[in-house]
Amino acid sequence: MKIIVAIKQVPARDSQLRIAPSGLWIEEADLSWEINEPDAYALEAGLQLKEKHGGEVVVLCAGPARAASTIREALAKGADRAIHIEEEIGSLDPLASARLLAASVKDESADLILTGLQSDDLGYGQTGVILAELLGLPHATIVMEVEKVADGIRVKRELEDGWFQHVEMPLPALLTIQSGISKLRYATLMGIKKSKTKEIRRVTAEALGVAVTPAGMAFERIYLPERTKRTQLFEGNPREAAAQLVEKLKFEARVI
Amino acid sequence: MSILAVLEQRDGNWNRMSFETLAAAQQLARDLGTAAAAAVLGHGVAGLASEIASSELDKVYAVDHELLKDYTADAYTLALGQLLEKVRPRIVLFPHTYQVRDFLPKLAAALGKVAVSDVVAARVAGDALIVVRQLFQGKVNADIRLAGEGPHFASLQAGAWRADRVAAGAATVENFSPAIAADAIRTKPLELFRESQRALDLSAAEIIVSVGRGIKEADNIPVVQKLAEALGAELAASRPICDAGWLPMERQVGSSGQTVAPKLYVAVGISGAIQHQVGMKGSRTIVAINKDPDAPIFEIADYGIVGDLFQVVPELTEAIRKAK
Repeated sequence: MKIIVAIKQVPARDSQLRIAPSGLWIEEADLSWEINEPDAYALEAGLQLKEKHGGEVVVLCAGPARAASTIREALAKGADRAIHIEEEIGSLDPLASARLLAASVKDESADLILTGLQSDDLGYGQTGVILAELLGLPHATIVMEVEKVADGIRVKRELEDGWFQHVEMPLPALLTIQSGISKLRYATLMGIKKSKTKEIRRVTAEALGVAVTPAGMAFERIYLPERTKRTQLFEGNPREAAAQLVEKLKFEARVI
Repeated sequence: MSILAVLEQRDGNWNRMSFETLAAAQQLARDLGTAAAAAVLGHGVAGLASEIASSELDKVYAVDHELLKDYTADAYTLALGQLLEKVRPRIVLFPHTYQVRDFLPKLAAALGKVAVSDVVAARVAGDALIVVRQLFQGKVNADIRLAGEGPHFASLQAGAWRADRVAAGAATVENFSPAIAADAIRTKPLELFRESQRALDLSAAEIIVSVGRGIKEADNIPVVQKLAEALGAELAASRPICDAGWLPMERQVGSSGQTVAPKLYVAVGISGAIQHQVGMKGSRTIVAINKDPDAPIFEIADYGIVGDLFQVVPELTEAIRKAK
């Protein structure tokens, strides 16, 4: 099975974010970066399918030069090779991003394309589904399990309120993978060593013949949200803060 | 015709978020000085459509086909594409459900458009509609202008509009039969199922202490367990804690877990991503304990302590024991 896993590099969780003077994106300098967590689970699902059924795992990533570190980590975990679309994608809308991804994989003839259900930065939860549409593939979202069956795959989808559903579809197909569905592997020393000789094919939007411009939506401005509630904050010494909080809960909110 | 609300049902039962979308469509139609309509898709949905027809709407479309009985992205995209061609709304609103997340990006992309997903607010600016959505797990907001030719697509976050604000009226029901060929549907949906009966109903709890990633490891759970005991509270968690198996899935609060509204909700080491907030923001009093002063949970908390939970929680537990 030839599996493509689309991954994204995003600011590390718990990053302190500042808005850029343009008001259209964040200040990227001084941030540390990591793989988008749901994509890490998509990669894990891809690696497990390869271990079971053989084949190849190709990592696909759009992002500037810094994204190479995230791609290397994926190769160290066991992906066979990578395609790096070296472009600043920042606040790009999901249709424009998906067009880049589609152009770079249309000649790969993969059996399965996997990606995380959403990104921790823009959080649209759309790029995978749009990619499927652009490539003419059937898809399923929020997938917990993937099983190969005679004429395709059978997946377990998560629905709301504790419900699940099995869905069958032919290959090739695209799946967006739910976070937390398995334990993530660590790269081994051997894996890290091997990753240095694995192929990373670098492409640009120009070479793909795709514009890196908004396809249908752009931010008018971004900003830190105003607090809708006035939070009473207690800071400083934990004991004093705890005592103040208990006082408020008892006499103001009257909930204890 | 200008705003169309696409409502969601399964096996003849409404998804309750449908009414929030309906209320939003009515409100925005009033603000934009235009009319609203609604659509419901399925097989045998005439009854549901007539229920909705007692709302302030121009029209209710009953989009009916036997291949819409069980949801598939292919059939829904085809049916809605045909409906949009006929109705030509400028703005199309959806509830941000798991089902909408599955087909709306495809529908919009098929028309060369981008849907704005998970919208939390909207306002009218002249002839345009500005919608607001969250980025970076709720740490940043973005304003997006929907101007010019439609259709513009947006899905609305649970709880962002109030279902009880749906205005009554009288609309006509129009049946719409889309053309769907069976071989255009590539996925085969099977039965829905639940893994196990949920033994624990968190919605009955008066006080909930909920724990998130900040707890760092399973061995630290007793720190919050003791706080829950002191408060006489149920212990709950955000998704990552249950995924890791540190607490059972039945204790998960959020969009994929339970929705709760206790009189006191204490969020410990929970940043407050959208998916968690939708499950608890109706709580009467919300307390947040987090080391990050910019954590989105502080936007909805009534009281907060910014600090290291491993220092704060034992002190709080002790102070509560004394106060009782």
